[in-house]
This record gives sequence, C-alpha cells and structure tokens, in this order.
Amino acid sequence: MAKVHRYEKAFLILSALMLVVFLAALGYAAFGMGLHLPTRAGQIRPEDVTRTPPFDRPGVREVEPGRWEAVIVARAWGFTPSEIRVPVGHPVTFKITSVDVVHGFYVDGTRINLMLLPGQISQLEYTFRQPGEYLMICHEYCGAGHHAMAGRILAE
Amino acid sequence: MSASVVYDPSGFTLPAGQRAAIRWFVYIGFGAMGIAVIHGFAQALNYAGINILTWFPGLHSYYQGLTIHGVFNALVLTFAFTNGFLGLTTARGLGRPLHGLLLHASLWTLILGVALSGWAMFSGRASVLFTFYPPLQANPAYYFGLALLVVSTWIMSINLFWTLARWRREHSGERIPLLAFISVATYAMWDLASLGIAIEVVGLLLPWSLGWLGGADPLLSRTLFWYSGHAIVYFWLLPAYVSWYAFVPRHAGGKLFSDPLTRVVFLLFLALSIPTGFHHQYADPGIPEAMKFAHAILTFGVFYPSLITAFSVVAALEMGGRARGGKGLLGWFFKLPWGDPALCAQVLAMLVFVLGGITGLINASFNVNQVVHNTAWIPGHFHMTVGTAVALSFMGIAYWLVPWLKGRELRGRYLALAQSWLYFVGVLVFARGMISGGLEGMPRRTFMAGATYSKPSWELAGALTAIGGTLMFVSVILFLGVMLATIVSGRRREPGDIPFTETVVGPAASGWETRLDRFRIWVVLTILLILIAYAPFLVSYLPPKLWSSGFTIY
Repeated sequence: MAKVHRYEKAFLILSALMLVVFLAALGYAAFGMGLHLPTRAGQIRPEDVTRTPPFDRPGVREVEPGRWEAVIVARAWGFTPSEIRVPVGHPVTFKITSVDVVHGFYVDGTRINLMLLPGQISQLEYTFRQPGEYLMICHEYCGAGHHAMAGRILAE
Repeated sequence: MSASVVYDPSGFTLPAGQRAAIRWFVYIGFGAMGIAVIHGFAQALNYAGINILTWFPGLHSYYQGLTIHGVFNALVLTFAFTNGFLGLTTARGLGRPLHGLLLHASLWTLILGVALSGWAMFSGRASVLFTFYPPLQANPAYYFGLALLVVSTWIMSINLFWTLARWRREHSGERIPLLAFISVATYAMWDLASLGIAIEVVGLLLPWSLGWLGGADPLLSRTLFWYSGHAIVYFWLLPAYVSWYAFVPRHAGGKLFSDPLTRVVFLLFLALSIPTGFHHQYADPGIPEAMKFAHAILTFGVFYPSLITAFSVVAALEMGGRARGGKGLLGWFFKLPWGDPALCAQVLAMLVFVLGGITGLINASFNVNQVVHNTAWIPGHFHMTVGTAVALSFMGIAYWLVPWLKGRELRGRYLALAQSWLYFVGVLVFARGMISGGLEGMPRRTFMAGATYSKPSWELAGALTAIGGTLMFVSVILFLGVMLATIVSGRRREPGDIPFTETVVGPAASGWETRLDRFRIWVVLTILLILIAYAPFLVSYLPPKLWSSGFTIY
C-alpha cells in the first residue's frame, strides 16, 4: 500500500504489536501460571444428577491427601449445600451442575466464575489463600427467584 | 481521479414512498427505545435499592421489564434504525432507488415481529430476557416474533444486494461507491452472522416451545446464540461507523483520509466478527479451553479494525478542526462545530466508545474475564458501546436524518445539544457505578432491590448507577421531545441532497484495490474462518443433547 501515511503506518504497526503482547501475556497466564478457564469436563442428564456420583452426595471432601473436592448441585433457587467449608491453602476442585435451568456460580473476591448448564458438568480448581467468609451467588437469570439464590463459603 | 470512479452521483432523489418507509423504520426504532428506557430507568433505580416497579401497570416482575428493555433496545431499535439508515445510505451511495416492494415487505415483517414478541413480553409469557437461554421457555409467539425481526433484516439485505446488482449492470467496470460499499458490507456480515440465531430459534426453540421437539440443548443453544451474539454487536456498531466514516467528517468540515483503508476495515469486520463467539462463553462448561483460546485470538483480531477506525475518524475530525482554525496538538478538537447536534452527539459517543472499547478488550481477555463475567461490569461496558457509541450516534444521526426524511427543519437545537451532553455525563456516571459494582461482585440481571444478599461496597456503586441512569433517561425523553416537535411543527423545507464526505486518497480504478469490491472472495474467506472456529466444537459435540424440558418459572 503505497498511499499509507507515515503516521497511519506507525499507528497500524503499534496497534498490532499491542494486541500481540496482550495475547502473549494472557496465554502465559493461562498455560504458564495455571489460571485456567473451565474446559470440557463431562456430561450428565439433568434427571440423573441426584442419583449419579459425585452429585448424589453433594458437599466437600478430601479425595486424596491435600486435594479437596466441592460438589454442588444448583436448582431454582438455591445451591445444595448452601454453605460449605473449604480448607485454606489447598487446591479445591469445584464440580457443579444444574438440574433445571441455566444458573451461574460466582464466588465474590475470587476468580471462581462459572456458568452452570443442565446437561454439562462445570469444573474449576481454586486455592483459597485468605481465611474468611465468601459470598457465593447465582449470577445468571434463572427465573422469578433468581435474586434469592445465594450461599456462603467458609474458608478456614 | 479516474473517470470511471463514481464519487458523488448527482441529482439524487428517492421516491416519496421509499422515503416514507425509511421514515417509519426510524420512528419505530426510536419508539421502541422510548418504551425500553422507561424500564431502563426503573432498573437503574433498582441498583440503588429503590423499587418503582409496583407503579408499572400490568408488570409482573423486574425480569419482565428487563426483557422488554433488552429486546426493544438491542433488537428493535437497532434493526429498525439500521434497516432504514443503511437502506438510505446504499441508495444515496449508488445514486439510485431501492426495490420498493422489498422495502415495504421488510418494514411490515418488522412490524409483525414487534407485535408478536411485544404481545408475548407484555402479557408476561416471555420473561426470558433478550438472550432467551433455554430451558427457560417462552411462548412460541416470542420466538416467532424475534425470528421475524431477523427476517426483516434479511429482506432488507436482499434489497441492498439487488440494488447493488442493478447498479453494477448500469455501471460496468466501475468501483462501488464507498458509502454503498460499507453499507452493503455490513449486511453481508450480518447475513452470515444471523444464521446461528436463526437455526437456534427456528430449528430448536420454536418447535420445542410448540411441543414438537422433546427437549432443548442448553449448551448447543448458547453456542448458536453467541455465534450470532458477538457479531450482532458489529451489526449494531457498523451503522454508527458508516456515519462516523462517511458523514461525521463532513459535519466537521474535514475529509475522510483513505478510501481503500476504509474498505479494508469493513472487510476485516466481515471476516472477523463471527468466529469470536466463545469469548462470551469463557465461563461455560463443555467447551475445550483450547477452542476458547482460539476465539480469544480472533477476538483480539476483530479489535484491530476498530483501532484503525479510531485513527481514521480522529484524523478526519482533526482535518475539520484545523480547517476551522484549530491550532496545536489538541486545539483543533475545541474548534469542531460543537453547536451542530449531529456532530456533538456523535463525537461524544466516540469519546465514550474509547472506554467501551477498553472494557471490551478486558472482557475478551480470557482468564481476566473470570473477574468480571456476568457481574454488573458487563452492562457497565455495553452501555458505553451499544448503549452510547451506537444509541447516542443514532440520536445524533437523527438530528439530520429525521428533518431530511420528513422535509422539516430541526426544532429545539439547544435542547438537542443539552440532550447529548446530558447523555454523555449520564452514561459516564452510570458506567462508573456499574463497573465498580461489578469489580466488587455485584451481579448483573438481578433484582437487587429484592435480593437476599448485599455488600456495603455495592451502595455507592448502586447510587451512581441510579443517578447516571436517571440522567440518561431524562436525556432520551428530551431527544424524543425534540423529534416529536420537529416532526409535528418543524418549518417545512425541501429535502434536498444528502451531503457526505469526500476522501483525500480516493479509490483506485485498477490494481489490487479493485478486488476489495468482489464480495464473493471475502465471503468465502469468512466462511473458512467460521469453519476453523466452530467446526472442531460441532464435530466433537454433535448430535444435540435434547435433554432439557421447558421451565416457565418467571
């Protein structure tokens, strides 16, 4: 392109460079530092949830020494269990699904931020660093009682 | 300039019937916005814990109002205005009328779509929001109505392609005039983009709501929705870009710098708008992380033509400001004709869009998205993009477009200027509230005034949201007042021509640039990119898992 102005060319190159640097940083954060997004983690028919492990026994347990699992079932309009206790400083794998409509799962002050879709298992690993009480809320519209769908996590 | 390049076809007139149809598209769009912002006002107050919804006759819930707000703003205002505006810019760019019958068919399809979806929403049979994620289920009339809204854009698009084909036959070997090129490119993008939502609504949700299909597949539906759902953002935005590229430089007394670069920008939007949908599904289960990252890369790609736009449009404004005596690094900015409401509203919209773009890039930023996904941050972001860059630009365009369409002078220029500034200040306060609330974990799409949980840090955020939202609401009421006064009692005038911008670097009559005009090449390239972005998911996921029965728990 012979007719590209000098400033224009500089702007185009710097813009492209900026985007490439940003992407590289994000890629490093995800795959170098382990800040993963949820990925494909299994399917489950909504009507089978309550009788299929691990969702037949929701709650928090130590699956192997130092590794914990938090199993939660979402339904309109609450989480089962609605209050969980997790250890500080150990990785906790959240496994959550919905038995009815689309819900969300967001834990305030963390990067635990998941969509819950009936038919799919949502999974994310997180390590709580600070002890305390964390608010967990449904952040996707799920019907008339959506704004009452919340619970808490006690990290200790 | 080569003789074979038609720049500014003279003697342009549009048949009165076509002008009337375009006028009604614009009226319906702004009428829908008028209804939508009443609910928007109530929602903004809700974030401050103030519930005025009980005063709304016939309203069952916050979420019913939120559905109306979303559909009437994001689908009806945008589709109606764009059908009218880009229909006109195509006709003006080519210097020939559109197909009259198709134009009216598009208008009546839109009206029917508004009537059906409106009935379902107002009667409380479709409180599923404008994203309608199954298995929340709406009345079939809702899905049918929304489908008709999309069909109306398709009919418009057939019309534009028909008009372009006729023009090409009459002007063989000539470059497509820039104004028409960017208008048609916008519809070409949307035609491909709307296929996802069309398959979702007509192939899955409508038969499911009628009981013909045993279940819904929430993940597949969301994937089809967001296949269209990010590209729709550009179908909202590109009409504003058409105005920023082709009309605002003229308002400012400047010129657009480069014809070929502008075409490249719109072709980049055509190619890159669609294969980016997974960045709305970063938090979704069932989609492999690597595929999400592929979409992240492409999303950063589609940010690029917006960066070029920032350069080109600001350069055009600077030329205008300097021609008007502006000096120094930024002096030209203050010399712009700020007394012209069409320019004032759109330049303010551009300023807000800088923040909208930055927050958008943050949303697209893969794991950074985990901090903000589905919090109040998101509506904070998109009220600066579609809610301002688009909506305030449409209002700015209306300040010259409606007088032209109606053949009357604008009434209340000072009110129009006040309206623009009020909206500008309002949305910045509103977004400051939403964004800070979102960073503190305040959820979006939630009846906060009735929520069973709260945090002290949400109070200031909610108050700012309410104050800013109130200013935006008052501003839109002022806008509608100015429009009404203009339509009813503006001084009569001849419509005259529609002046649009010249370019410093014009289109080449030969060489590689002429290939930019061959849409077929770019459409094939776009389809290839779409296949790269979506085929791995579909191949590894299909057939549909129709496991979910419908819920009407609203």
